[in-house]
Amino acid sequence: MAKEIHLYTPLKDENLEKLNIGDKVLITGTVYTARDAAHKRLVDLIEAGKKLPFDVKGQIIYFVGPAPARPGMPIGSAGPTTSYRMDPYSPILLDAGLKGMIGKGPRSKEVIDSMIKNKGVYFAAIGGAAVVMAQAVNAAKIIAYEDLGTEAIRELKVENLPCIVANDIYGKDLYEEGVRKNRK
Amino acid sequence: MREINVNKIVPIVKELCIDASIYIGDDVVEKLKEFQEKEESQIAKEIISIIFENHKLAVEKKMPLCQDTGVAVFFIELGQDVHLVGGDFYDAINEGVRQGYKEGYLRKSMVDDPIIDRKNTKDNTPAIIYLDIVPGDKLKITLAAKGGGSENMSEVKMMKAADGIEGVIDFVVDRVQRSGGNPCPPIIVGVGLGGNFEQSALLAKKSLLRPLNEKNPDPKWAKVEEEILEKVNNLGIGPQGLGGRTTALAVQILAKPCHIASMPVAVNIQCHVHRHKSAVI
Ligand code: SF4
Repeated sequence: MAKEIHLYTPLKDENLEKLNIGDKVLITGTVYTARDAAHKRLVDLIEAGKKLPFDVKGQIIYFVGPAPARPGMPIGSAGPTTSYRMDPYSPILLDAGLKGMIGKGPRSKEVIDSMIKNKGVYFAAIGGAAVVMAQAVNAAKIIAYEDLGTEAIRELKVENLPCIVANDIYGKDLYEEGVRKNRK
Repeated sequence: MREINVNKIVPIVKELCIDASIYIGDDVVEKLKEFQEKEESQIAKEIISIIFENHKLAVEKKMPLCQDTGVAVFFIELGQDVHLVGGDFYDAINEGVRQGYKEGYLRKSMVDDPIIDRKNTKDNTPAIIYLDIVPGDKLKITLAAKGGGSENMSEVKMMKAADGIEGVIDFVVDRVQRSGGNPCPPIIVGVGLGGNFEQSALLAKKSLLRPLNEKNPDPKWAKVEEEILEKVNNLGIGPQGLGGRTTALAVQILAKPCHIASMPVAVNIQCHVHRHKSAVI
């Protein structure tokens, strides 16, 4: 595995062009949390031609529903949730300018094609390593859909959030390649 | 006859919920180490190291290993000489869950209606509770809190006797293959054989209660477990589905008699955040 690459948000094409599957990245800046329920609302807004609660251009969405924060902490445990549940929505958000997604597990062909078309990247975080991920979060604020509880959209200020590039802008897929290399 | 006041159960259940979400069992740690040494993929070795680091941090900071702290599933063994007094037994368990998930800062992941409303119940109740009556005057409470990611990759199949053991092995291996990285491998594969439709699923879940370092007491099934484990790890899925030899740490089978016309097979997938904890009153 290559050495760690630092990435800053908002993401720029010139930085995404350098990424290849299997690269370890450390993300610093702002990421937005959303799971299935919030995705549905975002996509409903786009389809109705309405404004989103945050500008997705150049941004990263992290598929996570964190545990409650202990007093004095910005967030509770915050590892990724399974990404395939977001597959029906992600291409619409990528078309709207979204550049990065963080989750776990492989993506559909439609999402991979949309990442090629829109120069988007999918980052894998380690499912179950939720305290490691929470450590990288300095601040968290609910910015929309508070009624959804853990599924509300949060704006996270992160520093060196550790991820692995699972799908790059060239259509390569670490889930497919990694497994093929290790199959006996 | 021994009396147990159900109010005694509440704090015990509360502690079980909190502890199970923070500490990985020694049996899981041991297996992870063993597999990390054998692992051929660099990325896989590093992922297992991150799992260890996460465990260390979780214990230090008293934070749950994973944000999905699961559905609270209980297996109760109630001694037949116990008389439960002081209130409703199921209410007491649910009260323990309510307090544990609140005071442990665990995520509340239950919705009241599965399809239409899907409103969060906000306290992680109701728990799912299975009760067995056993000889004696003790009450054993086992919590197996289960996350959604791995539970969603589980399946029951009503197979034909003609499918034989080969058919069963193929089905289990295929289930793991189709799951890929979704259930957060390394996983533990619980297999329930026989009974009927619903009992096979329960057997698969119960099989996960066996410590990973204990062999199946029946050598016939121990052999099948080894064969499936080998096949599953040859799939190359690896930790998180990113490639490697460490897809499953163990395969665990529980089998029961079944009808002459049936051969139910259930697979319950468990992630590496294997939350199991028991208390005896
Ligand atoms: S499958 Fe397990 S480790 Fe993965 S997110 Fe769910 S509970 Fe956590």
